[in-house]
Amino acid sequence: MSAPGSVAVIRPMVGRDSAFFWEGTAAGELRIQKCNGCGSLRFPPGPSCPRCHSFDQTYVVAAGTGTVFSYVVHRHPPVPGKELPIVIALIDLDEGVRMVGEVTDAVPDGGGSEEIEIGMRLRVDFTRIDDDLTLPTWRKA
Amino acid sequence: MAGFSREAAIVGIGATEFSKESGRSELQLSVEAVLAALADCGLTPADVDGLTTFTMDTSSEIAVARELGVPELRFFSRINYGGGAACATVQQAAMAVATGVADVVVCYRGFNERSGSRFGQVSVAAATQVNTNGLDNAWTYPMGLGTPAATVAMQARRYMHEYGATSEDFGRVAVADRRHAATNPNAFFFERPITLEDHQASRMIADPLHLLDCCQESDGAVALVVVSAERAKDLPQKPAYVAAAAQGSGKDQFVMTSYYRDDIGIPEMGVVGRELWRQSGLRPDDMPVAILYDHFTPYVLMQLEELGFCGRGEAPGFVADGAIEIGGRLPVNTHGGQLGEAYIHGMNGIAEGVRQLRGTSVNQVDGAGHVLVTAGTGVPTSGLVLSA
Repeated sequence: MSAPGSVAVIRPMVGRDSAFFWEGTAAGELRIQKCNGCGSLRFPPGPSCPRCHSFDQTYVVAAGTGTVFSYVVHRHPPVPGKELPIVIALIDLDEGVRMVGEVTDAVPDGGGSEEIEIGMRLRVDFTRIDDDLTLPTWRKA
Repeated sequence: MAGFSREAAIVGIGATEFSKESGRSELQLSVEAVLAALADCGLTPADVDGLTTFTMDTSSEIAVARELGVPELRFFSRINYGGGAACATVQQAAMAVATGVADVVVCYRGFNERSGSRFGQVSVAAATQVNTNGLDNAWTYPMGLGTPAATVAMQARRYMHEYGATSEDFGRVAVADRRHAATNPNAFFFERPITLEDHQASRMIADPLHLLDCCQESDGAVALVVVSAERAKDLPQKPAYVAAAAQGSGKDQFVMTSYYRDDIGIPEMGVVGRELWRQSGLRPDDMPVAILYDHFTPYVLMQLEELGFCGRGEAPGFVADGAIEIGGRLPVNTHGGQLGEAYIHGMNGIAEGVRQLRGTSVNQVDGAGHVLVTAGTGVPTSGLVLSA
């Protein structure tokens, strides 16, 4: 299980093109960039649409459900702000984009063998670190 | 054949010892390696007019030039993306000497990567750099994905899922490397071969990667001297001609976390491979030996596929019968690789490629007339075909 408050978790670099995402997690929303030019969804976000080159970008709020595409059980070395082992997954969101997230209920107490597999359904959760940072995390759906 | 193929050659190689604690500065290591490489080909610092290295190197070209007493530099450059830079430093040098921009260019890389800043640890600096790479890392580091082993493990797990590859398949790469290192007195793991059972019993680092899937962290430096093919004729060593030198970046490319495209393998190495074959006019079947970047074992399998040695998903079968060990169909990493000799960001592999063409490798492949060398995988990368 993670213990994000104990040691400083690594904080994300936030810029003009990504601030909406982190404002979203703080508000309990998982936001995906949407292009106003062609309607395509994109993660990670950026200032220009690779398909139509529009700079007019907005976002939609994801349903917060997805499927495990791949995963890692991280055992060594230490990770700031985390109590090892942790399970980190690559999650295909139902909207069609993919993102990385910690799966917080896949390691049993005591750190025994993980309980996760490719294809497993997950639901997003929001883990508040402090006033300035809320991380999207995931649980089994 | 195209462009600058065979217009330049690596004529000198030099290195420090490889260790876990060098006891001297990174700048000193690089200067020692450059001096050794120049001595290897009968040149002096006064002959040098170009230097090239990795963006990550902590010793600037001008600092190295000062320590060497190089009077003037006409060419200096750096290549980005970690170990992906290795073969591209030779590409830079080859383009410079082939075009007459410089006459003698030295490629160098030196670091205290074990006793100093360890790449295997979580790098807060990587996550907080003020540029687009730092912004990209916002999507992984805060989530707990912050070591090279873990980022590779994500791709390795998917590779296993899609193609039925197993941890034992990865382990065969480590066994081959350590067999080769065992006969290399300069290797950190000299006289320390491993078995597949050793690999399987080693502790889990980032599941599915065991400890023995991961290269060691090393202190040391390597330097390579590049001159024109014409100049090479006057120098004492048998030239290693640059038959091809290529860089590659793929669709929706990131540094180590190209997770958002359909294929989360290493298509950027496919870009490198196609260009190497185009420039050189050679094919995978023409390569009697290959030096494939091996900071993590799964990438060696993926590279065999991307470079055309076998089809997609076929690498586990390709390596199953010892094909990549000395005496096999395609001996790989005859110096022991980065898992066995040292992790000098791929530059020690280029030096081994040169030794194979000279006929001086400790695991010499008979009559090796060509050698393929690749740079860091999982990042924008590069490769070389060197020919006798």
